[in-house]
Amino acid sequence: MNALVITKAILEQHKLSDDEYKKILEILGREPNWTELGMFSAMWSEHCSYKSSRIHLKKLPTTGPRVVQGPGENAGAVDIGDGLCAVFKMESHNHPSFIEPYQGAATGVGGILRDIFTMGARPIALLNSLRFGGLDNANTRHLLKGVVSGIAGYGNCMGVPTVGGEIVFNDIYALNPLVNVFCLGIAKKDKIFLGKAAGVGNPVIYFGSKTGRDGIHGATMASDSFDEQAAQKRPTVQVGDPFTEKLLLEACLELMAGDCLVGIQDMGAAGLTSSACEMASREGTGVELELADVPRREPGMTPYEIMLSESQERMLMVVKAGREDEVIKICRKWDLDVAVIGRVTDTGKVVLKEHGQVVAEIPAKALADEGPRYDRPSSPPAYQEMLQSLNHDALPDLKDANAALLALLDSPTIASKRWVYEQYDHMVRTNTMVRPGSDAAVLRVKGTNKALALSVDCNGRYCLLNPYEGAKIAIAECARNLACSGAEPIGVTDCLNFGNPQRPEVMWQFVLAIEGLKDACEALNVPIVSGNVSLYNETNDLSIYPTPMIGMVGLIEDADRAVTQWFKESGDAIILLGQTREDLGGTEYLKVVHHREQGSPPLLSLETEKAVQACTIRLIRDGLVQSAHDCSDGGLAVALTECCIAGSAQQLGAVVQLPLDGLRRDALLFGESQSRIVLSVKAELAERVLNTAWDAGVHAARIGTVGGARLVIQVDGDQQAAGCKIDLELTALYDHWGLAIPRALGQD
Amino acid sequence: MKAKIHVTLKQGILDPQGKAIEHALESLGFKNAGNVRVGKYMEVDVNETDRANADAQVKQMCEKLLANTVIEDYRYELG
Amino acid sequence: MKIGVVVFPGSNCDHDCQYIFKDVLGQYVEMIWHKETLLAGLDAVVLPGGFSYGDYLRTGAIARFSPVMGAVKAFAKKGGLVIGICNGFQILLEAGLLPGVMLRNTSLNFICKDVYVKVENAATRFTNRCESGQVLKIPIAHADGNYYTDPITLGGIKANAQVIFRYCTADGKVTPDANPNGSLDNIAGIMNADGNVLGMMPHPERSAEAILGNEDGRLIFQSMLSSFGKPELQSKLIGI
Repeated sequence: MNALVITKAILEQHKLSDDEYKKILEILGREPNWTELGMFSAMWSEHCSYKSSRIHLKKLPTTGPRVVQGPGENAGAVDIGDGLCAVFKMESHNHPSFIEPYQGAATGVGGILRDIFTMGARPIALLNSLRFGGLDNANTRHLLKGVVSGIAGYGNCMGVPTVGGEIVFNDIYALNPLVNVFCLGIAKKDKIFLGKAAGVGNPVIYFGSKTGRDGIHGATMASDSFDEQAAQKRPTVQVGDPFTEKLLLEACLELMAGDCLVGIQDMGAAGLTSSACEMASREGTGVELELADVPRREPGMTPYEIMLSESQERMLMVVKAGREDEVIKICRKWDLDVAVIGRVTDTGKVVLKEHGQVVAEIPAKALADEGPRYDRPSSPPAYQEMLQSLNHDALPDLKDANAALLALLDSPTIASKRWVYEQYDHMVRTNTMVRPGSDAAVLRVKGTNKALALSVDCNGRYCLLNPYEGAKIAIAECARNLACSGAEPIGVTDCLNFGNPQRPEVMWQFVLAIEGLKDACEALNVPIVSGNVSLYNETNDLSIYPTPMIGMVGLIEDADRAVTQWFKESGDAIILLGQTREDLGGTEYLKVVHHREQGSPPLLSLETEKAVQACTIRLIRDGLVQSAHDCSDGGLAVALTECCIAGSAQQLGAVVQLPLDGLRRDALLFGESQSRIVLSVKAELAERVLNTAWDAGVHAARIGTVGGARLVIQVDGDQQAAGCKIDLELTALYDHWGLAIPRALGQD
Repeated sequence: MKAKIHVTLKQGILDPQGKAIEHALESLGFKNAGNVRVGKYMEVDVNETDRANADAQVKQMCEKLLANTVIEDYRYELG
Repeated sequence: MKIGVVVFPGSNCDHDCQYIFKDVLGQYVEMIWHKETLLAGLDAVVLPGGFSYGDYLRTGAIARFSPVMGAVKAFAKKGGLVIGICNGFQILLEAGLLPGVMLRNTSLNFICKDVYVKVENAATRFTNRCESGQVLKIPIAHADGNYYTDPITLGGIKANAQVIFRYCTADGKVTPDANPNGSLDNIAGIMNADGNVLGMMPHPERSAEAILGNEDGRLIFQSMLSSFGKPELQSKLIGI
């Protein structure tokens, strides 16, 4: 091993602190060489080690009767009956997508797909949560187009449908967009594969694409903030090859159908380093690799480069000794590079050789599990009180409700995302029962009578104003979206996007958000089975809004009963479950109409939420409901608009009469009180549905009737009825809601 | 003045398309074909008579739009 | 009926086609790896959708050289029934089994949505269960579906009633607005002169089950079965 003088500059370049370096010296009992230093740097990065978040993540509920695999593996798995599991996870690819939107987003999709099929599951659905700046910014438009075509380019080619997602536009994300991708697969419960290097003497096999110099130190980059110098970090972006990944997927599933595979893990962040040390660490074994045998794309690569490359579409597996030939045959059938590069040992160490010479030797556990842990200081930001204060009296109430509604429908956050999802193949694999555009996507599970409902959600503004309530609401709203399709939530994955954890105010947001997630998951009885943390989301010292993105999976026992959000038939009664309060703080209305992002977000009662959801699921199961839609961004008026015009088959108007109940008119129409669901039911069933709801302790009222070509919302006993009555033709509503995004992009 | 612009992936950057084409050539019996790289070729008329000005403008076009310098190189001829 | 579904590297609608023929229509289905050189005992061959060879170079350009394509050509020459859907259609064009080429969609984007197509010729082995002029709702999902051919060839396939499907409005009008990709003459599907090879961009396998909300596409598969005098079997899996 070559001697090396480790200077302060070298440590800084590797993002290792003095204390961390001291720990490395202790572990090795000597100075690390260049390769070893690189490996520690990658594995102990925030991205791989979760060093700032791990002690807090422990508080999350991760167990339950359906949980087959909780956090810590490539993905989580939940039992859905019939001997099957839903395997799912969500991950971020924020930084790469900012630098190179197409490839950044594409490789994000590639990474999460590998996480799912490494577990033995065939991926059947992708969703994504995106955050961008305002569309009036040319660079944001460029980012949006690049990210959308990157997701489309990769997912479409793989033949995995992108069935849903959500996008929020807010200037705070202009220089730090978020690209979070969720993937779900189906596996046999008794054929789940894990990333473990078991069985001393078993061969370690590399397969997939060759290793190049791309993406070296991607994990360290993902753990860094951005500044004007970001351009210099560019060579760390990788190019994705969905075609090779498709071959990798089919090869993996073919290998897994046999009985030769012992353990498998994809080479994601920190490449060969992480897959090798994590597989050994989980099993308490060691591995010995010969780097000269690693398939390479470029000549002259050093051990450092080989170990830290983040070339895409690569896998590492351990197979039963003596079965190498059949494994190699399958890989070759799928035109993949494949090589036996080492063996499982009992030393507990990752030993790397180059032409027989040892070039690195590190205890596997030290790299994978014994990284630093930080309990970083947290305290509320000085501006928090000011943010939360909102004097309602200083806000003029509505003068023209029609204009306010149209302005909200023009907001790209609320407007139809059709321009986006039509670029995604959302039907391949012929499971998509409810396509993008409803509250939740619904997919049948072939070979059963069941369906799965999927939703992703988070309101970052709520989380900024009140991280605890915001995180609670993210869970509640996701579950509510599922309930609106008739599904009961069975598992959660999260992707926690926050700013720089070395800022106490960011840690304060993070810690409170974790509390919120915990309380909401416990109340709704749904475990978190996988997840990802993305920190250092800040550019030029400006942090993003805390954005704990949630992906949730729900089960519908009888697929035929699934419902969508849009109205179905003239004459149906419209029923509102839940109560409207004066909740204007943090609303889209306040932002769009009054240009303010402040106040207290709506407060959520978990007990009420649970009752409303249970009631909705029961009504849908009993076949009493024609449509169900939750009230979120833009409140009741926007929810009703979407019920009228969001359906692709037909558009149906409505006439609605609302009691003012002493509320401000804007709060009544556009406030974002939680735990509210708009149902439509056959007129003759209205009474029965109302009674069922009241018996379940859920506030319910008939507020109108479906029909006509207009949306009319009148407010009872309102003296100024003329100015704050909503009365618009559906074509006018659609002209705003349906075309706002293509218009903003100049593509209408 | 006409600019003839070639945009190619940087050396060392994975070229999935080139890889697939190389493989196809190989299976068609072209055993001597190797290292296939796929690029783009563009022609742009530049309404400018001063060569240095035209050069500066084309360079900017390449930097800003035609090539993504994160992963691509460009070269051009002016004529 | 015995159906072969060809699997190219990058095919991704192969399982969907298998599911329709086997699980929904109750037929025997064999998956055929692209390196096969013989197609024995088959009544029909499906070239499924997807991104064979990643759509690199040109759609279908590399797949047409797959060993199996020689067998597919021989099968077609002997009168065997061949249907190419989406990428399968693109491969048939590149292989010269059907005339014309596919250009990029005029929007330059991948487009996935329901479209309407008009059945221009119902007297074929692929459309005999449809009415002439019937409007079918079938989804498309492609980036290169903009059909093009020279005027002489176009005149020929039109005169010969080889244009089978054209993009239209819900009420059957063939208009520019109803054309999702800029396709010449709104062409969505064509057949060879012998009437045994069909290529179509829309995906009938995605609209052939009640649970997916649309069964229009099923008529095409049922027509293929009828042309062999073998009506679909009652499948145990229908309705799930």
